[in-house]
Amino acid sequence: MAEITLEKVVKRYGALGVVHGIDLTIAHEEFVVLVGPSGCGKSTTLRMIAGLEDITGGLVKIGGQVVNDLPPRKRNISMVFQNYALYPHMNVRDNLGFGLKIAGQSPAEIARRVTEAADILGLVPLLDRTPAELSGGQRQRVAMGRAIVRNPDAFLFDEPLSNLDAKLRGQMRAEIKKLHQKVRTTVVYVTHDQVEAMTLADRIVVMKDGNIEQVGTPMEVFNHPLTTFVATFIGSPPMNLLPGTIAGQIVRLADGTEVPVPDRLQRFVRDGMAVQLGIRPDDISPVGHGLSQDGPGAEVSLTVDLAEPLGMESLIYTRLAGQEVQAKLYGPRIVAPGEVLAFRLALDRAHLFDAASGKSVRAH
Amino acid sequence: MTVTVQSRASKQAKRIALWFTTFALMLVMCVPGLWVVLSAFRPNREILAKPPVWIPQELSLVNFGKVFGFGAEQVGIPVGSYFANSLIIALTSTIIALIIGIGGGYAFARYRFRFKGGLFLGLMLFRAVPGIALSLPVFMMWSKLGLVDTKLGLIIVYVSLNVPFTIWLIDGFFRQIPQALSEAAQVDGCTRWQAFWKIEFPLAKSGIAAAGVFAFLTSWNEFALASQLTRSTDSKTLPVGLLDFTAQFTIDWAGMCAMAVIIIIPALILTFIVQKHLIAGLTFGGVKG
Repeated sequence: MAEITLEKVVKRYGALGVVHGIDLTIAHEEFVVLVGPSGCGKSTTLRMIAGLEDITGGLVKIGGQVVNDLPPRKRNISMVFQNYALYPHMNVRDNLGFGLKIAGQSPAEIARRVTEAADILGLVPLLDRTPAELSGGQRQRVAMGRAIVRNPDAFLFDEPLSNLDAKLRGQMRAEIKKLHQKVRTTVVYVTHDQVEAMTLADRIVVMKDGNIEQVGTPMEVFNHPLTTFVATFIGSPPMNLLPGTIAGQIVRLADGTEVPVPDRLQRFVRDGMAVQLGIRPDDISPVGHGLSQDGPGAEVSLTVDLAEPLGMESLIYTRLAGQEVQAKLYGPRIVAPGEVLAFRLALDRAHLFDAASGKSVRAH
Repeated sequence: MTVTVQSRASKQAKRIALWFTTFALMLVMCVPGLWVVLSAFRPNREILAKPPVWIPQELSLVNFGKVFGFGAEQVGIPVGSYFANSLIIALTSTIIALIIGIGGGYAFARYRFRFKGGLFLGLMLFRAVPGIALSLPVFMMWSKLGLVDTKLGLIIVYVSLNVPFTIWLIDGFFRQIPQALSEAAQVDGCTRWQAFWKIEFPLAKSGIAAAGVFAFLTSWNEFALASQLTRSTDSKTLPVGLLDFTAQFTIDWAGMCAMAVIIIIPALILTFIVQKHLIAGLTFGGVKG
């Protein structure tokens, strides 16, 4: 059992606070992704779990045991580093077996477990090469092999795919997911890439400025963002945010356009409240070219400023309520700039955020 | 067409000029060395002949025999003791300078501590002071401490001369090794100490070897301070021993050159080693970027 618990964990470098007292519980065998922009404290948090950074305040527990003062080697975790950190002077076999050798395993046992890990990751033909003779993806696999060979309580990944090109990143992402299905272990995975977060995670932890903004399953975080930060960070292209004011059960946007408050949010709004209407590009579509054509919605005529065809869909830049918004057109239809189209806003999927705090009105 | 011919011609001219300059510079550097080596195998009269004899007429090992005390002509110079002194002093001071250099270099490369910048600058500035400028104060201190004409006295001087350099060089090599490697080793089960010895030290090995050879050569070749601080066969080193060939009215050039060759050979061997290490470097294939 390796549940990882963070209780009010704080990290400061002198006067500079990097992590401001976060609480998080990662269940046994759970795949948790810490995601956020650079400088949000996600890597620092991971390094505190690993024992590579001192913990300024709070508790870190692994498997129920407080590990604040334990060195990395006593935490029974393994880590995949952003730059792989393979030992350049050892071949793949010795890289994989290094941890076992340090632990004093017998050569036969080391050989058995190295072969086993190499089998899982398809590294058998590479065992006698040095890291310098490997491609980026192969190095990545060796780094993962080194992590699994010791059979640790938890894997920690620190932006493991950020050095790979886009195609390889997609492949390795799938391999990591498969690996987790094969080797059921607690995983803490740090990335700034929301696609990795969405695709890999059992639960996503969105961080910003040393605080946790939201914790939830990928679909929860995507469908019910608690803050405008989460709303714009998760999902690509990002959610459109339009400032407006509540008047009864109507949102009056900046230019006077009136949109009904979505049914499910009606009980959370008060008259005169300054809000931001959040609506994803996927939910603004030309009539007949959207995802959901039924359910409550509003229709508006908008002029296309720019269209980016992506094959089966096009990304459309237009203006709504005096502000540039992105919309999506599904289907292989060519759209010309200047074209005026009737767009449908799928309001049942729209969000409302308090303009002052940036928090979802549901959170009030 | 003409343009390419012209540019090819100018390229050719540039190459010739470059070769010529290189050759001229090499000549200036190599001729004295060559002269010393040649003279080591020639009799005094040929060395001193006017006009100079460039192509040696008679080559023999007589001069070496003389230096080592074989053969008919003997020079009463205790080359054996000098050689032993040089070896002991150079080796010991190099080993100490390396140990301090590894510790210091690692500290400067990996840790943050107070006055780090100032300390490093101070070490480098110390390096900028010419050794001979220190000779008088060192001599006075050493005579008070009874360290004049002892091997220990010279060892201490050479350690302090070499430490700034070894720290500087080794620091550079440790800086090239990504910190993630030591962290990975620690996660893999190493103590910090094990991570150092099993991962970082082997990777910095060539740098450490280079620093060691440089330190050894400095101590081996040093003359100015050694000539002040040594008196007898207890501590005199080979370069100082060279002076034994000068008498009041004569200089035994042949013997001196033979001994110079004896000094040069170990230095030459080590220089070849350092060259290999410096060029080899290390490919940091385990880490991208």
